[in-house]
Amino acid sequence: MSRTTMQISFVLNQQKVQAVIETHHTVLDVLRNTFSLYGARESCGQGLCGCCTVIVDGDAVSGCLYLAAALDGCTVQTVENLDADGSLHPIQQAFIDCGAFQCGFCTSGFLLMSKQLLESNPNPSEAEIRNHLSGNLCRCAAYPEIIKAVQLAAHRLNGAQ
Amino acid sequence: MTLIDLEPEAAQWNQLKKSRPRIESHAKVTGRAEYIHNLSLPGMLHAKILRSTVAHGRIVSIRTDAAKALEGVHSVVTSQDILRVIPEPYFGPAFHDQPILAIGKVHYVGEPVAVVLSRDPYIAEEALHLIEVEYEELPAVFNEVEAATSNVFVHDALKPAGTFPDLKHLAGRKETNVALDFHVRHGDVSKAFAEADHLFEHTFRTQQVMHTPLEPMVSLAELKDGGIAIHTASQSPSFVRLEVARLLGWPESRVRVRTALLGGGFGAKLYVKLEALAAALSLLSRLPVRVALTMEEQFYTITKHATTFRIKTSVSKEGRITGRQCEVWWNGGAFADIGPRVTQKSGFTAAGPYDIDNVSIDSYQVYTNLPPAGAFRGFGITQMVWAYESQADIIARELAMDPVEFRRMNLLRDGRPHATDTIMKDAALVQSLDLLADRMEWSKPFDRGTGTLRRGRGVGIGYKALVAPTTSMAIVNLSADGSCFVHAGTVDMGQGSDTLLATIAAEVLGLDPDVVRVIHPDTDVTPYDMATLGSRSTFHMGHAVRLAAEDALQKMQALARELGMDPTEKPDAAKLLVKRYGMQAGNIIGSGGFIPDYISPDKKTGKSTNITPNWMVGAAGVEIEVDTETGHFRITRLENVGDLGTPLNPAIVETQLSGASIMQLGAALYEEMDFDDQGQLRNASFAEYKIPGIHDVPHHIHTEIVDSYQHNGPFGAKGVGETGCYGVASAVAAAIEDAVGVRLTSLPLKYETLCRALHTSAPHLNPETS
Repeated sequence: MSRTTMQISFVLNQQKVQAVIETHHTVLDVLRNTFSLYGARESCGQGLCGCCTVIVDGDAVSGCLYLAAALDGCTVQTVENLDADGSLHPIQQAFIDCGAFQCGFCTSGFLLMSKQLLESNPNPSEAEIRNHLSGNLCRCAAYPEIIKAVQLAAHRLNGAQ
Repeated sequence: MTLIDLEPEAAQWNQLKKSRPRIESHAKVTGRAEYIHNLSLPGMLHAKILRSTVAHGRIVSIRTDAAKALEGVHSVVTSQDILRVIPEPYFGPAFHDQPILAIGKVHYVGEPVAVVLSRDPYIAEEALHLIEVEYEELPAVFNEVEAATSNVFVHDALKPAGTFPDLKHLAGRKETNVALDFHVRHGDVSKAFAEADHLFEHTFRTQQVMHTPLEPMVSLAELKDGGIAIHTASQSPSFVRLEVARLLGWPESRVRVRTALLGGGFGAKLYVKLEALAAALSLLSRLPVRVALTMEEQFYTITKHATTFRIKTSVSKEGRITGRQCEVWWNGGAFADIGPRVTQKSGFTAAGPYDIDNVSIDSYQVYTNLPPAGAFRGFGITQMVWAYESQADIIARELAMDPVEFRRMNLLRDGRPHATDTIMKDAALVQSLDLLADRMEWSKPFDRGTGTLRRGRGVGIGYKALVAPTTSMAIVNLSADGSCFVHAGTVDMGQGSDTLLATIAAEVLGLDPDVVRVIHPDTDVTPYDMATLGSRSTFHMGHAVRLAAEDALQKMQALARELGMDPTEKPDAAKLLVKRYGMQAGNIIGSGGFIPDYISPDKKTGKSTNITPNWMVGAAGVEIEVDTETGHFRITRLENVGDLGTPLNPAIVETQLSGASIMQLGAALYEEMDFDDQGQLRNASFAEYKIPGIHDVPHHIHTEIVDSYQHNGPFGAKGVGETGCYGVASAVAAAIEDAVGVRLTSLPLKYETLCRALHTSAPHLNPETS
């Protein structure tokens, strides 16, 4: 171990894990290289597009900028956790039903942000949906379908209660 | 091959013309979709690229000692090393003008000069800063019109690839930056101008923009099985194989190119981008190598042509266009890439979708000292539509004609000759315009706003000729359980081609699309396909898969006869194969290939009686609200209409139309690569280069598909990937003029530009200045 190497422990998608990292490694580095999780992806590399979104202790962070070292002791959720019980989360199903993606590269970030929105605001208005998702970019511009998908997921989640 | 003329038979279809989700949907919403971005190879090296800091210069020296000495660096590579494994390391689809790494001189800021290889990408990046390059700077030229006659030459001599017959005569030509000149001569423009009731002459400009696919370009290469395997996020795996094999002097059978799903392409990932570099680096290091760009580096790799378009039009007093002269200069940047094809294929549509007896077009692909320009969603069409539709609105306004009526009067009808002499067929131009006008409620009174909030509206219509002649091949392979594999080289980059090809095979074979698997392009197992570009896959690969499935069907019928089964019964591969081989074994394999008829245009006149297999038509209408004090405007409504023949999967094609129109809003309003006078790009990142986000989507956005049928298309269909972007930009400019009387002639239509124009030309609208 060099001076800049450290070991971190955290909860990743409901599992306790450890990883040996360099202090300059990002969350994306550790997700890719140690855990082979590819759902969070580097695109702009500046925290401006949302493709690298992961949830750390309930907050959405940019995995391309957030340092892996900061995960020590935290609870981390990635898109791969959404169907952990073996079936798709209603927000995932709504994205399929509304055709809310084309190439799919940005989809993980939109899904996690949408889920976070619906957890805090089960009946968001269109303006609230747009505001919450304004940090995520989709170059295929499936935005109208994404808005519809969030509305559909809200409807289904509320109906199930 | 003779084109089949299929008649509408929708009533018999079981799978097509129904909306169904993309077949890879589950993988995409669970984060488990395969992109080349995900790929790591055991023991691989990461490559980081050092780029030119000057726009034009001779390389005096490259000092790599300090970089090599950094712990963890495997090696530092320059063109001197590349030349050891590839003696002629120049590539490109139209010209062999692009070196893998700069040789002797650099042609633009950002050109790759050297590479550091390391197992650790952070170390490779760090080592780049230790390389010292000394340049002797040369004068540079950036503007396309200046470059056409400048005595600063980007290349010492032109080097056409030999692929295209109309470029061969340029071989060895010196002291020019013009990489292709294309001309159309139809009727007598001078006479039309001399006899005109009205003459209009304008110059319109478009800016250089970048595709910014969210999966940045990435290629990996490894030496394997006596050859080389290249894993690449590419739209054209067949071309990559051909070009890398040519560079190495190897047979294509030793070069394997595979792709996965693409995180967007839009034309950026065509031809060779990083693949030749990755191949050379793996040959030099004898290790797997990953070359992955950052978002910033993509801006230095391929872009969309900036253009200057001078357009002169004569119009009769009734409002008929009698003559049109078009001169277009395409800013190709430092390497031609596919620019000469853009110059020709979009060039011949420069006079617009109008019935004009006298047309003259001159279209020039020009080298400059800027990042190269190539294919970009629309293949040059959006630049043409911007100019001819902007002028259509100016003319209608001058003649006090309704802009929809002016267009309706002049649009080409089926059966009429295009300026190239090709007779128009299945181009739903008038239908698209009428449907758009209907959607916009054009004939009803329109609220124009008051005070500092003024409202306006505009429409635009464009068309594109499908690029020809190009080839697609496909294989359909039925397993003994009755399930099916489609081997096709079409790359699914979000357009839904996997879903469409599976559905076509299922339709022909009477299967459920869920039992059809589309094999992703791998040149070892998928046959040739020209590329995934120019909205060509539905038409070309759609036909190839249809033919391959029909071939499999015929083979099953023959096998049924051979086995004494009823050949008129619906063939079932499972039953046939179990009977033939005595167990669940064997395959039924059908193959198909498709290339449409085509006649090359005459070199002098651009004439051809068959210049394209079909025309794709897109129209857009917008309503806007302008704040006259700030120039800020808001698009309140965006209506899109597309003619794509039969919508084979209506939900997917509607999102393609809508997505293309929103993407085009970016180029219309925000996006612009901003260079200083030294050719340095100042905004190569999403921090300063704004693409449309969710707030930029108009609150009212709607998409309609014209009821039409493409008679030579597979199941009446044609392409759609670019159609939604044609009419948007000029419609916004028209709506601005409609609202506040200010005409903008350059893209992008920035708020600050409008603000300045308002304060200068329309002070009466602004209470502060009036």
